[in-house]
Amino acid sequence: MTATTADALPPALRLPKRRGVELLLLVGAVLVPVLGYTAVGLARNGAVPPDVAGYGAGLGLLALLAHLAVRFRAPYADPLLLPIAVLLNGLGLVLIYRLDLETPKDQAAPTQLIWSTLGVSLFIAVVVLLRDHRVLQRYAYLSVAAALVLMIVPIFFPAVNGAKIWIRIGGFSFQPGEFAKILLAVFFAAYLAANRNALAYTGRRFWKLQFPTGRVLGPIVAIWLLSVGVLVLERDLGTSLLFFGLFVIMLYVATGRTGWIAVGLLLAALGAFVVGSFEPHVHSRVQDWLDPFASIDAGRGPGQLAQSLFAFAAGGMLGTGLGLGHSILIGFAAKSDFILATAGEELGLTGLTAIFLLYALLVARGYRAGLALRDPFGRLLSIGLASILALQVFVIAGGVMGLIPLTGMAMPFLAQGGSSVVTNWIIVALLIRVSDQARRPQPDAVETGIIARVPEEDR
Amino acid sequence: MIRCIRRAAALCLLLLVALLLNAARIQVFEADSLDHNPANRRLTITRYGQPRGNILVDGRSVTGSEDTGEQLRYERTYRNGPLYAPVTGYASQTYGTSLIEYTEDDILSGTDPMLAPFPLWNDITRAQQPGGNVVTTVEDAVQRAAYDGLGGRRGAVAALEPATGRVLALVSTPSYDPGLLSGTGSSVTDAWQRLNAAESRPMLNRAIRQTYPPGSTFKIVTAAAALDAEVVTDPYAETDTPSPYVLPGTTTTLPNESRGCEQASLAEAIRISCNTVMADLGVRVGLADMVEAVEKFGFNDTGLKIPPGVAKSNFDTGMSEDQLALSSIGQFDTTATPLQMAMVASAVANGGDLKYPYLVDRTTTRSGATVRQNGSRTYHRAMNPRTAMQLREMMVDVVENGTGSNAAIDGVTVGGKTGTAQHGVDNTGTPYAWFISWAQAPGSAQPAVAVAVVVEDAAARRADISGGGSAAPIARAVMEAALRD
Repeated sequence: MTATTADALPPALRLPKRRGVELLLLVGAVLVPVLGYTAVGLARNGAVPPDVAGYGAGLGLLALLAHLAVRFRAPYADPLLLPIAVLLNGLGLVLIYRLDLETPKDQAAPTQLIWSTLGVSLFIAVVVLLRDHRVLQRYAYLSVAAALVLMIVPIFFPAVNGAKIWIRIGGFSFQPGEFAKILLAVFFAAYLAANRNALAYTGRRFWKLQFPTGRVLGPIVAIWLLSVGVLVLERDLGTSLLFFGLFVIMLYVATGRTGWIAVGLLLAALGAFVVGSFEPHVHSRVQDWLDPFASIDAGRGPGQLAQSLFAFAAGGMLGTGLGLGHSILIGFAAKSDFILATAGEELGLTGLTAIFLLYALLVARGYRAGLALRDPFGRLLSIGLASILALQVFVIAGGVMGLIPLTGMAMPFLAQGGSSVVTNWIIVALLIRVSDQARRPQPDAVETGIIARVPEEDR
Repeated sequence: MIRCIRRAAALCLLLLVALLLNAARIQVFEADSLDHNPANRRLTITRYGQPRGNILVDGRSVTGSEDTGEQLRYERTYRNGPLYAPVTGYASQTYGTSLIEYTEDDILSGTDPMLAPFPLWNDITRAQQPGGNVVTTVEDAVQRAAYDGLGGRRGAVAALEPATGRVLALVSTPSYDPGLLSGTGSSVTDAWQRLNAAESRPMLNRAIRQTYPPGSTFKIVTAAAALDAEVVTDPYAETDTPSPYVLPGTTTTLPNESRGCEQASLAEAIRISCNTVMADLGVRVGLADMVEAVEKFGFNDTGLKIPPGVAKSNFDTGMSEDQLALSSIGQFDTTATPLQMAMVASAVANGGDLKYPYLVDRTTTRSGATVRQNGSRTYHRAMNPRTAMQLREMMVDVVENGTGSNAAIDGVTVGGKTGTAQHGVDNTGTPYAWFISWAQAPGSAQPAVAVAVVVEDAAARRADISGGGSAAPIARAVMEAALRD
């Protein structure tokens, strides 16, 4: 995309930075989880938890440090992104802490707190060190190589609950696929930005579809097939679905060809049907989705999905109140894949809607940054990152609510899972970075020389 | 590119709308059916999340609740479990509830909307009310007298207050401790299996759930029918009945256990328990009038609830004359629960006005405010008052001069009727000893109590006297206890 002179802002007009708004929202974003933590204590023990001040101070300090990083290194960034991330992460910590009360032998909240701290640290590192997102464009092929390595490595580690997506070293385990999705988004954005004209305007035409030449399309389709293939091998269906959707959306945005959407949906439906029919692991998920109560009728008691639906139903409009639900009946995945069921039961439809709207706002702000940017790479990157969030929320929320077949995935920020929290903080950091770029009045004015000047043709 | 981004954003919006609609579908529209899915543990967890309300006898609780700290938190405990098991039933986390624990479960578990201070209160607060209490009509002393009287023999006692229908005692032995069935785990399942497999069937509530051939106690019902139908106008006049009596349409002869039944009057037939006279009277009353008369006492009623359901007492509605003759002396297919026979005695004692028996006086909130109050209701006018007066005299005669002398209490008007019911193939089983009676204290306007006693393993001679021998002393103890109150 080439910038026109009309896009340039008059030098006199300065966009408000809105850092004060961000700070104010952050106070609220810290206060809500603190109140939630207090509510759990009151509901369970009839007393305010003694460590509520320390907990609040800790969360507040993390938020403040993140805010300072944004204030000094990305002053024009969208003021909503950071507060939403802090609020969702804090809410997730409260929900996990609340579920920990039901499983005295398995405490997940302290670990999650450590990972969240690491996530915020990486957020700060990205905001401070990455002065211009366009730098990433240069590392497109390095990114994709790293992504593939990360995705292949878990094959050599033992499966956990049927999926080979974890790497275990010592007491820690993480999902490299989580990090891979950022790297893949970077690669897609860079490749598509560089080749979008070739993709859109060359190649053969079949019926109404314009197919680009194999030379242009080949590498990206190969990468994509490889990643989805690896994920299918690892039985990480959620992530393979996510990569598929990400690829289709980014290809569509880059080329503007509606045909890609049609082809994508067709392929997705075909793939889903074939895998759903013949792969036993997936087949059972599809069966569960079609009839969540089959196991009850068969006398084996409710399965995970049925328990999840019971939890949502128990919440009703207003929820049972934090600490007063029984979503732990879901079993081992209650804190991770099914965390949303706890939110649905204890916060009700009202709380659930609020959470969905927070995600929607996060995604919308990502799209908004994409719209405001003028370089195609930045655009595609922000759209890609925002779409990752949107698709991930839809796939896991739709799965635990019986809208679509369940595929294991982490609810961004809410669910227990270190790699997920860290990855999402990096995503938000990148969105902060691109939104800062998008709203910055004079690119030249803030260049400091740490990072090379932006090439003339990209401006 | 901008247009495409907007479209992609619209797709994300579509996904969001799908999620929100789906959330509303589950949490609002399907919530009720999901909440009440039997596999959903939440109702059970909530139910046991608070102590269960108590069942009261004479103002004292015979139940309690124990905090176990487990997921199903509160378990039921019982004081004098075996004594009150036929009244309370059990409240088991594994096997559900029975008897009052079952019928008053909404009150006891706190789910009854009437427990809330205002209508729809529970729907708004989503909170459950604390469990309410159930105040029974049972009197501790009467219950104990009956239980001790049976002394572990297989049998049952039902005692009513004739003027109101209040159940004063409901005893079935051998009994069991319902506390063994509270909670979960192997001790509960073991106890359940042991109790169900036991040959003596301790969990059977013989007072209201088991029917026996009523034997000669049924002669009171036949007499009431004969007097009401004016087949007999003077109970002291001789009847035209031979002894032995040939059952109509057959060559089978019906003998008497007692001497002096030939041409005996109705009063004499009751006093010494003549089979021949009563069988003949039943036939002369006729099937239609007999059925009408017995049903006014409660026979053939499948819907009798006190509120625990009472088994149907049977009197066949299609019989040949010889079968009718045998039915009129409480044999053939005629069966009755002990409660049914207590109702028969009660109807006679109360001048023919049979009150509906009830076991629950009232239900209250935790703090004691009345939720529902039960009162005396007429069940049927079972017979004419004049008939009732005549039967009272005859029953008093049974105790003073006849087979029921073991029930006599000094200075108290006691009416009774013995019975021995034969059963088994060719009547080889040990006979059931019956005694039904009522007692009225001197100077009192109304009889205090009507009782029915049945003892299954009455080790006695096959004579009507065994009802007087085994069952009458128990009835006397029960009546004495009731009169003391």
